[in-house]
This record gives sequence, structure tokens and C-alpha cells, in this order.
Amino acid sequence: MLEKVLIANRGEIALRVLRSCKELGIKTVAVHSTADRDLMHVRLSDESVCIGPPSPTDSYLNIPAIISAMEVTDADAVHPGYGFLSENADFAEQVENSGFTFIGPTAETIRLMGDKVSAIEVMRAAGVPTVPGSNGPIDDNNERTLSLAKEIGYPIIIKATAGGGGRGMRVVHNEAALLKAIFVTQTEAKSFFGNGVVYLEKFLENPRHVEIQVIGDGKGNALYLGDRDCSLQRRHQKVLEEAPAPGIPDKVRAKVAQTCIQACKNMNYRGAGTLEFLYEDEAFYFIEMNTRVQVEHPVTEMITGVDIVKEQLLIAGGAPLSYEQEDIHFRGHAFECRINAEDPVTFMPSPGKIKMFHAPGGNGVRVDSHLYSGYSVPPHYDSLIAKLICHANTREAALKRTQIALDEMLIDGIRCNIPLHQDLVRDAEFHKGCVNIHYLEKKLGS
Amino acid sequence: MDIRKVKKLIELLESSDIAEIEIKEGEESVRISRGAISMPAPIAYNAPAAHAAAPAPSASAPAAAPAAEGNVIKSPMVGTFYRSPSPSSPAYAEVGKHVKAGDVVCIVEAMKMMNQIEADQAGVIEAFLVEDGEPVEFDQPLIRIG
Repeated sequence: MLEKVLIANRGEIALRVLRSCKELGIKTVAVHSTADRDLMHVRLSDESVCIGPPSPTDSYLNIPAIISAMEVTDADAVHPGYGFLSENADFAEQVENSGFTFIGPTAETIRLMGDKVSAIEVMRAAGVPTVPGSNGPIDDNNERTLSLAKEIGYPIIIKATAGGGGRGMRVVHNEAALLKAIFVTQTEAKSFFGNGVVYLEKFLENPRHVEIQVIGDGKGNALYLGDRDCSLQRRHQKVLEEAPAPGIPDKVRAKVAQTCIQACKNMNYRGAGTLEFLYEDEAFYFIEMNTRVQVEHPVTEMITGVDIVKEQLLIAGGAPLSYEQEDIHFRGHAFECRINAEDPVTFMPSPGKIKMFHAPGGNGVRVDSHLYSGYSVPPHYDSLIAKLICHANTREAALKRTQIALDEMLIDGIRCNIPLHQDLVRDAEFHKGCVNIHYLEKKLGS
Repeated sequence: MDIRKVKKLIELLESSDIAEIEIKEGEESVRISRGAISMPAPIAYNAPAAHAAAPAPSASAPAAAPAAEGNVIKSPMVGTFYRSPSPSSPAYAEVGKHVKAGDVVCIVEAMKMMNQIEADQAGVIEAFLVEDGEPVEFDQPLIRIG
């Protein structure tokens, strides 16, 4: 069991990690920038260390500062949360080389999944269904490229291997535009990610985003924790998620689950992870794997009863998985609303002082948030300030519960997107379920 | 040899009657003598609020001086504060010393690298706000120069 964990993150996820550490009797160290001295988890932690000025580069992304903080506090391990350094293989490597534990997969696994081309290879080897594509990087042999593209069939999406999360991509609708688009994407990728390698995939016109949660113990054992539907997105940012993904035939679901477990076993995957898929016409297509805990993990926790962050801490401390696959049962349905400090119509960020914060409650209502009345949301970081998660026995009931909870929730002093969520949970198409990834942007007319 | 091993050796020394330990591991060796700088126990820099009520100002680090006047040199990084370049060398400066801009006044050690901290203005050293060997965080006041 770990004795002291340094939480290398901020906001709601840092508080989430702190709570699980406390439950396990693990001492906590909160590192923070000068702008984040008043964060809830900083005030609750056993120790805190200021690691830099507000800018993320000089604080939450500052590897030497974080490792130094681990040294001076004598921490055993670091939990990187999500974003920031959570999928930085160099960071994981430096942490381990300095004699500490990185709570997550090995640096090697992070690198393997971080390179989209190699990730796809690993998945194919395990039988995970992937998007028809070039199955490897594009080279400068234009004849080969054009013929590959013809086989795949247009429209085609060009993706940077070092990209991901919607960045470093370009769609091409016909052969005439292909080579130039590849060149532009390569140049951009080189400049943004330092790696100009690109690959091709069939572009699915109307897919849903369905992802699968897994946990591995690093010794060849892995658990499937079900799926989530995250199709409501704006500019590749998820807005409202649910578990399980509605309308998927049991056989289809079971088959892909089995392949995901196989992939984890093949990799000796350690920690929590999510395999992201596009889902169209009753078929799953793997696009990428995230080797960290995700923002939307609570909806999976609500339907399985598994505490994902606790499992991460236990696994990092050398414990085996707390469950066998047959212990995992899926009960009911859950939704999560990402509450952001932004204008609900223009989406302009809205930092500032929160005069009054009131969280909803009741049966099946969970709020993950670092907010408190009087807290000032700083302008330097992303705008997520709260997650409202509601669970009930049916999708219908969970949606109703979410409506009521949203109406009760009060964030006064800044603008936030509660009105957008109130609209979405009453949306007729969303009620029917199975909307695709373009639905929200079409609805917003953006 | 990683820092955690060294700390364990120091603990060993302190809990025994031994005056000095030297350990060799391949090419690396370390010697620890009684009376040298010891690794401090981890200190809480900010007392946690027992109840998350209205924000209260956090308690300052134990050796901190009251509200600083004059010029205060703050730590540019997380690490351990030292008055001298090594245990056997004299301190860079004492209270009362006149310093020019650019004079090295102390060291903050981070990840086994000694970072020399310079005075940014000329003046007289009024006080050291942290103890030798104490862990410091970013922006922590170190030295007051009048």
C-alpha cells in the first residue's frame, strides 16, 4: 500500500484523488501554482507545496518542480490525474528513474498507446476491430498512397500519429485533394507535435463515440467495466456523457469487450484505461486508447459500484485487482453533465469569484466539484468547474433525475453552462438516445 | 545512489551510536558523519483548514519572519535551502553582510542539482527566513535584504 501520494493536478480531479487517498489512509501532498493556493484539495491535504507561477508550463507541466516536490516531501508516488502530465511518457519514466511510483501504466505502454499507429497495431493483434485504413504510416511513395486511399474508399481522414483528441486531422472527399491535404497535415503535425508522421482512415460520416473502460493489474489480468456514450461533443470536447451506451446489441457488446480484455492482457496493462471507438451500424471501430483516468469515469462508477481511482491507488501499491470479472454487474443508467465556467451561448470563458455555490443532492445525485462559495475560478486553466452525475434504474429515470438536479444547482457570480445542460436533458432526440457525434453542433448551429 | 537510500542511511546513523558511515556502491560512495546536515522531516507548509469554511489565510512556514520590509529574495523553485555550497564550506553570507546585485547568497538544491541564488539588488542582509537544510517551495521568502 502506498504511504504518501503527491497529486500532480488541480481542480475537481485533484479533489477526487485526495478523497480516495484519505479513504485508503494514504497521506496526501498537494502541489499547486500560486494561483491555486485556495483550491479545495490544497486546503484539505496533509501537505502542500507551491511549485510555480500560474502558467501551466511553469507549474503543472513542470517536471523538475514536481519531482523535486516529491523529494522534499518524501512522497512514494504521484497521481497525475487527467490532462497535464498524465500521458507524458517522459514524465512517467523520470518519476520511476528517481525511485518513485507513477500511478498509471509504464512509460513504455504510454508511448505505445500515445503513438496512434502502434496503438492500432497492438489492437489489431488482439482482434480489436479497427477503422479500415492504411494500417501504418504514409510514406513519400505517392502511387502507394493513392492506391491505398482508393482501397479504403473516400471520404478519408488523415490523422497525425502523435495527435489525438481531435487534433492533427483533416478530411478529404476525393482523390484530387488527397496529396496536398496529406502534405499540409504532415507539416502541421511536425510543428505542433514534433512528429510529422500521418496515417489514413476511412472517415465515418455519422458515428457515435462509444468508449470502453478497463483496469489492469500490470501482471496480465484485466477487467472490463462497461462502456460509455460520449457523442454529445462540441469541437471535440465532450459535454454530456452516459453509461451504458444505449441501443447496442448484447452480442456486439460482448464480442468487443472480450477483445479489449485480450489487448490489455497482451500489454500487461497496468492501471485504468479507456479504449475509444467510433460506433456505426452496429459495429465498433477502435480509434485510440487513453492511458489514464478520464473526466467521465464517474458514470462507470455509478453503474458498476467500482471505485476507479481507489483501484488505481491499490494497483500502484502492488495489490491485485479487487474484483473478478464475474463480480462486475451493471445496474441502471447514469449521466454526467460537465459544468464549465463559460457563457452558455457564446462559450466565452467566464472566470471570476463565485458568490454562491449550492450543489443539488438526493438519491442517485453526485456532484464532483472543487467549488465553494467565495472561491475564485482562475483564468489560467480549463473551464471545468463541476461534474453533475445522476444515476437511476432506467435511462428515462436517470434523465429525469438529471433534469431535477440541474434545476436545483446554483452557481452565482460567474456564467456557466447549466442552461445548456437543462436544454440538452429535455431534448427530444437525446431522449430517444443514440445521437451521433455531429448532433450537438448541428443543434447549436455552429 | 538515490536520495531515498541516503535518507535511510542518515536515519540509521541517527538511531545508533555510530559517528560515521561510508557506503560504496560500484562507482558511487557516500559518507555520512554525525553533525553534518540532516534531512529534515517533511514539514506542512500550509496548515490545512479543518473545515472548508470561508477561506482563511494559510499559516506560514515555521521559520518565516513577520511581514517583510525591504527586498525579499523568494525561491524560484521547489527544493532544499542551503547557506553554503557544501557541509564543510563556510556560508555564502551572514546577517549584516553587504551584497551587490549578482552575488550568490544561498543555494536551492533540486533533483541533486545545486542552484545558486543571487541577490537581485545591492543591500545588507537583514535576515534569513528559512533554516539551513529546510525544504522550500516556489515563491517562498528566503532572505530579507535591506
